[in-house]
Amino acid sequence: MNPAAVRLIACSQCDLLQKRLLAGPSVGTRCARCQAVIEPPAHESFDRPLALVIAAAETFVLANVFPLVSMDLNGETLSTTLPQAVWALYQHDMASLAALVFFTTLLAPAIQLTISLVLIIGVRSGRRTEPSLFRIHQWFRSWGMLDVLMLGILVALVKLAALARIVPGVALFSFGALLVLLSLLNTSFTTTEMWRR
Amino acid sequence: MKQLHSAAQAGFLLCLSCGQLARSSGSLIQHCPRCGERISLRKPQSITRTTAYLIAAAILYVPANLLPIMHTSTLVGGEDDTILSGVIVLVQTGSWPLALLVFFASIMVPMLKLIALALLVISIRQRWKSPPVGRLRLYRLVEFVGRWSLLDIYVLTLLVALVQLQALATVEPRPGAVAFGAVVVLTLLSARSFDPRLLFDQPGEIP
Repeated sequence: MNPAAVRLIACSQCDLLQKRLLAGPSVGTRCARCQAVIEPPAHESFDRPLALVIAAAETFVLANVFPLVSMDLNGETLSTTLPQAVWALYQHDMASLAALVFFTTLLAPAIQLTISLVLIIGVRSGRRTEPSLFRIHQWFRSWGMLDVLMLGILVALVKLAALARIVPGVALFSFGALLVLLSLLNTSFTTTEMWRR
Repeated sequence: MKQLHSAAQAGFLLCLSCGQLARSSGSLIQHCPRCGERISLRKPQSITRTTAYLIAAAILYVPANLLPIMHTSTLVGGEDDTILSGVIVLVQTGSWPLALLVFFASIMVPMLKLIALALLVISIRQRWKSPPVGRLRLYRLVEFVGRWSLLDIYVLTLLVALVQLQALATVEPRPGAVAFGAVVVLTLLSARSFDPRLLFDQPGEIP
């Protein structure tokens, strides 16, 4: 490999070629021209991400197993979990929409969490990880839309509140907790950081 | 002021997956020496792909807004709702903040994305001379807000699952929702195919 390539870095958004500042890994690097993050700040250890990813995975299971909301109407109780809601769309001949919701709120986050766990355990144990996992991780992470789903659930709740008595379920709170855990996880480790080890 | 160089001018390719710089080998297909991802000077056929997805999204934008996305049947009869009428209902029931939110996510954002991406593509085709950093900010905005348009799809999913009271009220999805979902996905793909580095490239600079 060319030794110049080690000291030089390029911005992914404007392609400006620049020298990596020797500010230490805990500061990170931003592009001199357009301020895009080139290298996020690095962290001391991977203990925190490991704890966070395990907690997030558990919360993710809770969020999908328990009902999101229950609706009380004249003694009739209706409730739904997220997988059941996707299934309901499918049964209404909306297979394409069901696939979209399934992919962005169930499959992509599940794969992202699984690969995160594999990567973090791999880095901690010092083994060489399969490089393609990093790419797959980034791709699925970009398609996970749990934050949008959370807001959608809240909007739906307000709409339903006009119709019946709404009882928030365990999964609703789990989703809230999951969002916090995921954003902490996303700031506590990055795949570029793993390459620097 | 010191002359600024792009990595491309200096003969370097940047791996968009792991951030590694690699010297251009001159061959058509090159892989990142560190992570194995296919790397190229700029995203392949960036403008063509962005435009293709954009045109498809613009066409579907019409049925997405005109066709009903859901049908509500109650004791007193049935009613079709489009994206816009859904917002109007929220205004009428007095949920102003919510109405603004849905209006922004479902109507403003898709329109803003279509216009902004078209502007970015045209600015590159016509070689606009305006400073590229402003247009880069526009692109970042598009990337940032784009996914929030899926909001209405998730609201619909929950309503369909919950409002199934045979005697009192049912909510069913309608084809407009499929068109709307397609618009959101196509604009996301369009934005991801766009390579913002093209905004900074000078004519004749990239081999």
